Amino acid sequence: MPVPRPLHLAAEIGGRPRYDAGHYTRLALLAERGNLDFITLDDSFARPGPDALAVLARVAPGTGRIGLVPAVTTTHTEPFHVSSAVATLDWVSRGRAGWRTAVSDTAAEAALFGRRDAAPHDELWHEAGEVADVAARLWDSWDDDAEIRDVATGRFIDRDRLHYTDFTGRTFSVRGPAIVPRPPQGHPVTVVDGTGAAARETAVRHADVVLVRAEDPVTARTCREEIRNRAAAHGRSPDQLRVLVSLPVELHTGADAVGLARLIADWYEQDAADGFHLIPADVERDLPLIVDGTVPVLQHHCLLRRFYPGATLREHLGLARPAGRYAARSPGGRHAPSAAGRYAQNPGGRP
Amino acid sequence: MHLAAHFPGVNSTTVWTDPRSRSQIEFSSFEHLARTAERGRFDFFFLAEGLRLREHRGRIHDLDVVGRPESITLLNALAAVTDRLGLAATVNATFNEPYELARRLATLDHLSGGRAAWNVVTSSDAFTGENFRRGGYLDRADRYTRAAEFVATARELWDSWSPDGSPSPFAHTGPHFDIAGEFTVPRSPQGHPVVIQAGDSDEGREFAASSADVIFTRHGTLDAGRAFYADTKRRLAKYGREPSELKIMPGVSYVLGDTAADAQERAAVIREQQVSPQNAILALEQIWGRDLSSYDPDGPLPEVDPDPGSDVVQGRVGVADPQAVAAKWRALSREKGLSIRQTVIETTGRQSFIGTPEAVAAELHEFVRADAADGFVLVPHLTPGGLDDFVDRVVPLLQERGVFRTEYSGPTLRSHLGLAEPVWKG
Repeated sequence: MPVPRPLHLAAEIGGRPRYDAGHYTRLALLAERGNLDFITLDDSFARPGPDALAVLARVAPGTGRIGLVPAVTTTHTEPFHVSSAVATLDWVSRGRAGWRTAVSDTAAEAALFGRRDAAPHDELWHEAGEVADVAARLWDSWDDDAEIRDVATGRFIDRDRLHYTDFTGRTFSVRGPAIVPRPPQGHPVTVVDGTGAAARETAVRHADVVLVRAEDPVTARTCREEIRNRAAAHGRSPDQLRVLVSLPVELHTGADAVGLARLIADWYEQDAADGFHLIPADVERDLPLIVDGTVPVLQHHCLLRRFYPGATLREHLGLARPAGRYAARSPGGRHAPSAAGRYAQNPGGRP
Repeated sequence: MHLAAHFPGVNSTTVWTDPRSRSQIEFSSFEHLARTAERGRFDFFFLAEGLRLREHRGRIHDLDVVGRPESITLLNALAAVTDRLGLAATVNATFNEPYELARRLATLDHLSGGRAAWNVVTSSDAFTGENFRRGGYLDRADRYTRAAEFVATARELWDSWSPDGSPSPFAHTGPHFDIAGEFTVPRSPQGHPVVIQAGDSDEGREFAASSADVIFTRHGTLDAGRAFYADTKRRLAKYGREPSELKIMPGVSYVLGDTAADAQERAAVIREQQVSPQNAILALEQIWGRDLSSYDPDGPLPEVDPDPGSDVVQGRVGVADPQAVAAKWRALSREKGLSIRQTVIETTGRQSFIGTPEAVAAELHEFVRADAADGFVLVPHLTPGGLDDFVDRVVPLLQERGVFRTEYSGPTLRSHLGLAEPVWKG
């Protein structure tokens, strides 16, 4: 039965640090069995744990549909590397990548790198926004059809379909273009936890998915409306944005799982959010209860889909695949004749 | 004998015009080559790196390496579809920071069950620096002092957890890094990921002798290989290391045929495809440092001399003495009556093993027997099927000769390479 406005469900799979791939793959497959849109994996340089993006790249080939959203920090890292790594996660997962933008705000984290001092949240989130911006520009720096493999002229790519980013921010600059061709989703999904004021400002400008905390559905709804309005004020379409409530959960029994389903249904029916990001207290105990207890109840009430209708994370979220900004701006007609020619030569198109 | 497989980028090595050539970026291509290498019981799979698209005459170079994934992320994914194959990432020590990279490499080692390797490279060009926070660049001498301190610092971080799993704080102060805190990843299955060093320079050899497990090199002949081998192995003693603690692995290509003549014919066709008319002029421009696009690739070499102050090529290490190279090319061209394209075909390209599977197996064996190499990094010219015939036809012959394993003896890359786990220096 079709769902009028789909409910989006995601879960965090971090917790006690683990270093074996099997642990994470089992959790991802479990979440996939529950048809969740995506899993997140938290990360920080400040406490024990493996690199989250690496873990989800390791998980990607063993899974088929689940979206993969590692936390990636933007403070002490290189924006060019971050952009390349997230794009590569999208390639290896065939269009299932996202990243949760995060900052490193402590003196202890600064000391691990020794390059700059700790800075206030406002500055760090401003920079995180610049990193999100430059990452998107780098993903667009190759037009989708930049690879031409033109034997006659001996050209593997058409250099006119590659673009410099020439980005200069407050703390870094990036010349571009990317070294990684435009990823399958065009832009992997950018997720920002918009709970704090500084983070929310970055979220309304750059995020595809905004996570919010709220104690009750009315607060959540107000929050969602505010985020949609502010995104619109930045010239963005609010319908190309999903607001998910981050909900800490602790389940011990099947009855708890049904209770969670009721709460989700209740909030959802009050228009509190586009969906929920569940943060289990103990992922190995709670996630099976969510998948085998909460999900079936939501499906029974036709609030949650029973299968993945699409292949990419953007498709799960109902978000359009963005057109490359440089391709869109290039003079009309330049591509038109050659594009038709290429299509004739390669009717299947490049995947 | 040790064997590794390189995933070729798009350049004058790869024949992307071949109908069998597939994607340079889809995961399935990497999966195919890695699985083939593992089927052949190779030691490791090797990825190069590029941090800025090269430029030629001020424009993006559309005939050179263009488009590739980020290595460590890709290798983590390949860890899921292989069981034993070592996974080697080339990562620049100039445009990364020790804490973050040590953490990413330790994570790869954990998630692959002890199969991670790091090929340490450095960069000296401001051109690449334009993509990074630190911008600028390091002069040649500083590149190696930074790289050496980088590797030493990474080792301090990897040793900051004891083998029994308890962490200690670390503090490192040196000319390039002043960092302190706690490392987030326990000691990994190999203790330290395998460290590979690429390059033939004197500084490179010294750096490899002091701290690398493998040196990735190129040398043209058996004699040159033996000289390099002897020189590099001799340097180990002053660092208290045994000759067996550093494996020397040149990057080589190969062409197989049913007969010697058949193989030579195939090799000639491949070289013609690799050095297209466009690539021939580009190769010439890289030496001459001038716009030579008006020259006929099938005509004679230019009479004009190379421009010593040229910046025609960006993002690639230039030749040290273009005048000398030009003189050599002219002499060769005159002597044999070669065109521009024929001269480029004659003078470029790596050490190639060309012949029947039996002849190639024998020649590879001879290099190892004669102390010219401990093994090879094979650079196929086709993506991703370029290693299939080697694994099907040459590997069994090497196994029959008893010079290459028929099964992996252990789970980790160190075990494949016969390298001990580093002693913990907590």
